Amino acid sequence: MANTELKAKDYKSGIKPVWCAGCGDFGVLSAITKALAGLKIAPHDTAVISGIGCSSRIPAYVNTYGFHGVHGRALPIATGLKISRPDLTVLVTGGDGDGFSIGGNHFMQACRRNVDITYIVMDNQVYGMTKGQASPTTDADWDRSKLTPHGTNINPFYPLVVALASGANFIARASSSNPGGAAEVISEGINHPGFSFIQILSPCVTFRPEQREWKKFVRPAPIDATTDPTTAARRLMTDDNFYLGVLYKGDRASFQPDFEENPASEENLEEEFKL
Amino acid sequence: MNTPSENGTPKPSSLSIALVGSGGSGVMTAGSLLLEAAGRAGLYGIMTRASGPQIRGGEGAALLRLSTRPVFCHSGHFDLLLAIDWLNADRFAGEIPLDEKSYLAGDDKIPDYFVQTGANIRDISFKQLSTQAPGLRPNMIALGLIGAAIGLPMEELEAVSTKLISKKGEDAVRASLAGLLLGASHTSLLDGIKQIGKNLDPRTENPPDLWNISGNEAAGLGAIRGGIRFVAAYPITPATEVLEWLAPSLERIGGVLVQAEDELASVNQLIGASFGGTPSLTATSGPGLALMTESIGLAVASETPIVVVNVMRGGPSTGIPTKSEQSDLNIAIYGLHGDAPHLVVAPLSVGDCLFTTQWAVHLAETLQTAAIVLSDQSMGQARSVIPQPANISFPTKRFIQSEAVENYQRYKTGGSGVSAMALPGLAGCQYTADGLEHNPRGTPSSRAEDHAQQLDKRHNKLVQHDYGEHWAQIEGEGEIAVITWGSSLAPVQEALHTLAKEGINIRLIAPRLLLPVQPERMAVALAGVETALVVEQSHGAQFFHYLRAFYAPQCELQSMALPGAVPIRPDDILKTIQKLREQK
Repeated sequence: MANTELKAKDYKSGIKPVWCAGCGDFGVLSAITKALAGLKIAPHDTAVISGIGCSSRIPAYVNTYGFHGVHGRALPIATGLKISRPDLTVLVTGGDGDGFSIGGNHFMQACRRNVDITYIVMDNQVYGMTKGQASPTTDADWDRSKLTPHGTNINPFYPLVVALASGANFIARASSSNPGGAAEVISEGINHPGFSFIQILSPCVTFRPEQREWKKFVRPAPIDATTDPTTAARRLMTDDNFYLGVLYKGDRASFQPDFEENPASEENLEEEFKL
Repeated sequence: MNTPSENGTPKPSSLSIALVGSGGSGVMTAGSLLLEAAGRAGLYGIMTRASGPQIRGGEGAALLRLSTRPVFCHSGHFDLLLAIDWLNADRFAGEIPLDEKSYLAGDDKIPDYFVQTGANIRDISFKQLSTQAPGLRPNMIALGLIGAAIGLPMEELEAVSTKLISKKGEDAVRASLAGLLLGASHTSLLDGIKQIGKNLDPRTENPPDLWNISGNEAAGLGAIRGGIRFVAAYPITPATEVLEWLAPSLERIGGVLVQAEDELASVNQLIGASFGGTPSLTATSGPGLALMTESIGLAVASETPIVVVNVMRGGPSTGIPTKSEQSDLNIAIYGLHGDAPHLVVAPLSVGDCLFTTQWAVHLAETLQTAAIVLSDQSMGQARSVIPQPANISFPTKRFIQSEAVENYQRYKTGGSGVSAMALPGLAGCQYTADGLEHNPRGTPSSRAEDHAQQLDKRHNKLVQHDYGEHWAQIEGEGEIAVITWGSSLAPVQEALHTLAKEGINIRLIAPRLLLPVQPERMAVALAGVETALVVEQSHGAQFFHYLRAFYAPQCELQSMALPGAVPIRPDDILKTIQKLREQK
């Protein structure tokens, strides 16, 4: 990876985001560009992959290579890219609906597979792009959506717990209200081998205006990241979802099949068919 | 097919054999060894499998046809049905047509259905024979009987058996060879078959180098010859053998196969790998193709080359996973939402699975789009002895942006419509590939001008390409034509061959390229034709309606559309053509 002397702003594409004023995703965009600049990873050696949703627009707003795919399938695109191009730094950005609902199985399988990519989920507990429906992380009694006027009445999904159970090698939480802190967590996630999962609390000021208050609740986790899954499980199960920082760091090796060109020629493959 | 022999009586040049038995009786092994030995002796042949619904341990049938000339389908007559046991064998009755010229060999518990065919019954219990000495296996005795009856050299039978069984130790090899000899000592039971076997002497024909390969293996080899180095896939019948062959083969040449969590993941992994510059392919069947269609549209819109080999099976829904049908034509042609020009190609035989898959990779890479290869169970899972396929190489080269430029435009319009693709790692050409409509730079855009421009770009690059002679296989002359595709070609060719010997000439048109459509080339191919019979294996006459929609032929079109699960046979086609000629 070539060293660069670029500043965070040099990682932005200059395209104006579609986001509402005050959207938490501005802070996340800023955190991502800060992290890349801090790590001196060249924009052309980086790929940012996403699916569909407000936060999935990020690839267009950064000056790296990017892929804006279909809803829920960002992780498989990133998996195929990283396995075939291990030289690249691969980030995946998206929202809670994209990642945990339509893409939920890919989330679990990506944790299991442990390819060396960093997955940043901007969690605002709502579908913003389709104008305010409940997502997997929405509380069961949230009744502000026309689709579920009596609330969803189903339990919310706890992504960090699922990530741990599924085998993610790095689990962290950050807040868009503190881009500097989020940048540090992202940098650490990029540097950690294997699949790094980072939940960033990123308020939707339009459909969940009460989330503006989140910045008052968030606080650093009082303890260092554990490497013990049992401790991490206890912490994540009892956590109030506002502790920030790196919460678990595993030591599994990344999944990376050998992709070296092999001298065995194609003709050898044909021998088995000859009579 | 009959050719006159020295004494003037018709000389059959092919022999059809069915081996049936319950699970563990080894009929598939015996069938494979028979095909291999026949191939080594210079005969052509095909073997398909029929099995009950059990995953393992159920009844099975190995269906073989051996011939002195290349043969790609079963005939409407089986010369020999040989049973290790008869347990549930009547399940396969529809697939093994017998008549009074056929032979039935097995123990005395023959199901009534088979007795009623009037076939000649030969009483022999392979299970009982196998008790004569320790280690004897009924299937090897049966193999010895058939092999000797049709005149295969015993050394070839011994060689293929030893190759297979050697890893089980010397005793097993000795026992299997003893089994072959024991079976061979009973050939007097099958004098009628011996007679046919005498006509199957290939050594007078000086055959070319032969391969023993299945359509699914051929598709895998075509993928690698085309340059595929990344495969992500989810197992599905009847496509899994493509993947099972590719996994170790890719490893040997520096590629990789990833087993994905589902078809949604596999197609998107291809898109990711291909975006990074690695030619990528998956194999699936109808249900998997249905799951992939949204993202195949993403490959089209983002102009990321991918290849999807779809080995068709009976549908809709779970349908009949182990039987063939050509009923995924509609989803392949029309399945993508929006206006999404893409490539659809269809191999025409077991061996052509190699060429057509390789061609699909070439086209997808050259035109930066998605290609669907429509193979099917009938050729995918058929094992065939064929002449060694020609080694054709294409000048496949993806149009890659080689150096940094100011204001790089990934989706630049104009020219051939194919625009230079920058690969991650190249400084100064960063862009975002997008399924959202975009402008030439790749920036999302909902402007009508950008939409129209990019739609034109993606359409024009496909229709302006010269697909050359490969677009179709065209043979013969005549005012009557048969238009067919895929595995339906084999029985059509055999029927037309029979007619040609009677001096009746029929034109044959079998398109390999189904999308983009080639109406001008088809018009030339159909010049002078008054009536065309459209032969396909689908209940809804999908191919017939496709031809009507895109080709508007001047001639009269008649449909012969039969659903699975039994293959279309040459006799069915002969009868239809004869009726057609009487009408005229």
